[in-house]
Amino acid sequence: MKAARALLEALKREGVDVVFGYPGGSVIPLYDAMYDFDIRHILTRHEQGAIHAADGYARASGKVGVCIATSGPGATNLITGIANAYLDSVPLVAITGQVRSAMIGTDAFQEADVTGITLPVVKHSYLVHTAEEIPQVIHEAFYIARTGRPGPVVVDVPVDLQLAEIEYDAERATVIDLPGYRPTLKGHPKQVRAAAKALAEAERPLIYAGGGVVSAGAHQELFELAEYTHVPVTTTLTGIGCFPGTHHLSLGMLGMHGTKYANYAINNCDLIFAVGVRFDDRVTGNLETFAPSAKVVHVDIDPAEISKNVAVAVPIVGDAKRVLTDLLVQIKKLDLSPDRHLSWMRQVEDWKESHPLRIRTDEGGEIMPEFVVRTIWEVTDGKAVVCTEVGQNQMWAAQLYHARGPRQFISSGGLGTMGFGFPAAIGAQVARPDALVIDVAGDGSIQMNIQELSTAVGNRLPVKICILNNGCLGMVRQWQDLFWNKRYSSTIFEHQPDFVKLAEAYGADGYRVEKCEDVEPVLREAFATPNTAIIDFRVKCEANVFPMVPAGGSVDDMLGGEE
Amino acid sequence: MKHTLSVLVENKPGVLTRIAGLFARRNFNIDSLAVGETEDPRYSRMTITVDGQAQPIEQVTKQLHKLVNVLKINDLDPATTLQRELVLMKVAADSSSRAEVMQLAGIFRAKVIDVSPQSVVVEVTGDTGKVEALTRVLQPFGIIELVRTGKIAISRGKQPT
Repeated sequence: MKAARALLEALKREGVDVVFGYPGGSVIPLYDAMYDFDIRHILTRHEQGAIHAADGYARASGKVGVCIATSGPGATNLITGIANAYLDSVPLVAITGQVRSAMIGTDAFQEADVTGITLPVVKHSYLVHTAEEIPQVIHEAFYIARTGRPGPVVVDVPVDLQLAEIEYDAERATVIDLPGYRPTLKGHPKQVRAAAKALAEAERPLIYAGGGVVSAGAHQELFELAEYTHVPVTTTLTGIGCFPGTHHLSLGMLGMHGTKYANYAINNCDLIFAVGVRFDDRVTGNLETFAPSAKVVHVDIDPAEISKNVAVAVPIVGDAKRVLTDLLVQIKKLDLSPDRHLSWMRQVEDWKESHPLRIRTDEGGEIMPEFVVRTIWEVTDGKAVVCTEVGQNQMWAAQLYHARGPRQFISSGGLGTMGFGFPAAIGAQVARPDALVIDVAGDGSIQMNIQELSTAVGNRLPVKICILNNGCLGMVRQWQDLFWNKRYSSTIFEHQPDFVKLAEAYGADGYRVEKCEDVEPVLREAFATPNTAIIDFRVKCEANVFPMVPAGGSVDDMLGGEE
Repeated sequence: MKHTLSVLVENKPGVLTRIAGLFARRNFNIDSLAVGETEDPRYSRMTITVDGQAQPIEQVTKQLHKLVNVLKINDLDPATTLQRELVLMKVAADSSSRAEVMQLAGIFRAKVIDVSPQSVVVEVTGDTGKVEALTRVLQPFGIIELVRTGKIAISRGKQPT
């Protein structure tokens, strides 16, 4: 068969039923093979849309996301999406066409050194040299993308090789021979016992959980651990949903825009039980003053994350699910007195009561953005899949959308990619056709990939875009407000499209909400239809997200958020 | 302290780029790097010298280990390792100084492998200390050019490197 066909057979064998992509000269053979092949292709309107959609699909489903782009500009348009997946450890396989083998290195039409350009932002990459190796490379790519710490893998396939006749021997092609790649899954038993002991003995323990819990599918084990040990849980942005946000032990998100009580807890605890996290600077702020009295237990599948930023007393390299399972066995052997950290729990409760998140409904008749997010949460009962753009909208969503379960809150954490949310929501909707999928957006971010409205409408994907429209680039404006003397340099839009008419032009529903009392009814109306929709919430321009720990600051420097 | 890392990698296109790129983007510095095929043509061995003061050596090795093509990394103990580099030096030497340069080279068991009316080329093999000593001695004559391979290293005894 043609190698292009063999490539698709390999995808099929990996369980792929949908790919996101955009054709071009160097992938015509692949698209030709797809023409009568049983894999659904979602044609986006931009390659960036395709890769973010594959990313959203992967995060919502737990499967490997796949996207396809042509050589040169098609492939370079994927770069942001690859970097985004790399920083948030999302399993992706990006297949790119390349110019004919003989033309590589000649600055041929639409040639770009894709493996070179993507090198710093991939888990691994391949430039295919022979047609015969294509199936095996695809299987390896999937194996690498989804195992260990997940991440994006690029497979660059010259167009002439796609046309070659090869055999697809599935038995042979699926043999994985990667002597240099052997992720550690099982935590060291001695360390697991040490971690159990530390948790049992701590006077002021705190669980700090992140995206690793989601990708390992360890949320149930985490839940059991928290309940059994009665230890409060704070999560990172990518960890939202790995522990129910409404649980009495939940402290919500920590870090720069985390809750005050989560930040007070981490800075006053004597034990951080960190699992699937990387002590990112948006979490720790100034490392010198971060959690000064805490002993750290760190569970992560990536050994390089352990002791990278913070000294770790009990390092455990392993898969979060396996480690937590083993840990539960160990901790149940120990004698845990239920009131062993009673005064700590009282303190945490006290912080929760005295420093709640501020939710204002309106100010001077203008809708406050946090009220919109709060209402979205109430209307959906925390059951929707919420994607976010990046900036203030993202932080309000993270603070106030208490997702019930994992893979329900999808946001660009590490890279902070504006324009991610909407295409990611498209991918999430493809993965979960029956779920209500919402993109919490800003008027800035949404315009970065708004062309994908066509993809959503064309594929009958009823994503609901809720724009918190403040007429400005809110987060940068907030920094300018707080730290740059209100010099709003290039953050106030001088012009904006009419988002309602824009939705209608694409065949989507458009709503505009200007009064607080309309927020809930319009949400209900929009959520009830099977249509793609934009809801343009006109919110107060100068609303700021609080609390806020200034970049590089300490919990003591935390600003705002008081009633 | 200088660390000598012996890194066994798959002998495939692009592997050197991956390693060099990793050092660059993680803000690590390479002091020297030598690479060549091993006794098994499927693998290459890289000998990389890095400054342990300037960067946490543990992070360097952990990050290197994450590269799919890296099989083994050994932070070599100088006490049980043989280290060598090859240096070629073009030294200014005319009829009045040539004999002295050649005599000094001889003391270091360096070889003179080219002679011209104005210069000689000296070849020396050894550890960093020896190379530096010879360089210091020949400096006053005028070193016109110096080319070095970077250090390679192998463990003593039967133990693999």
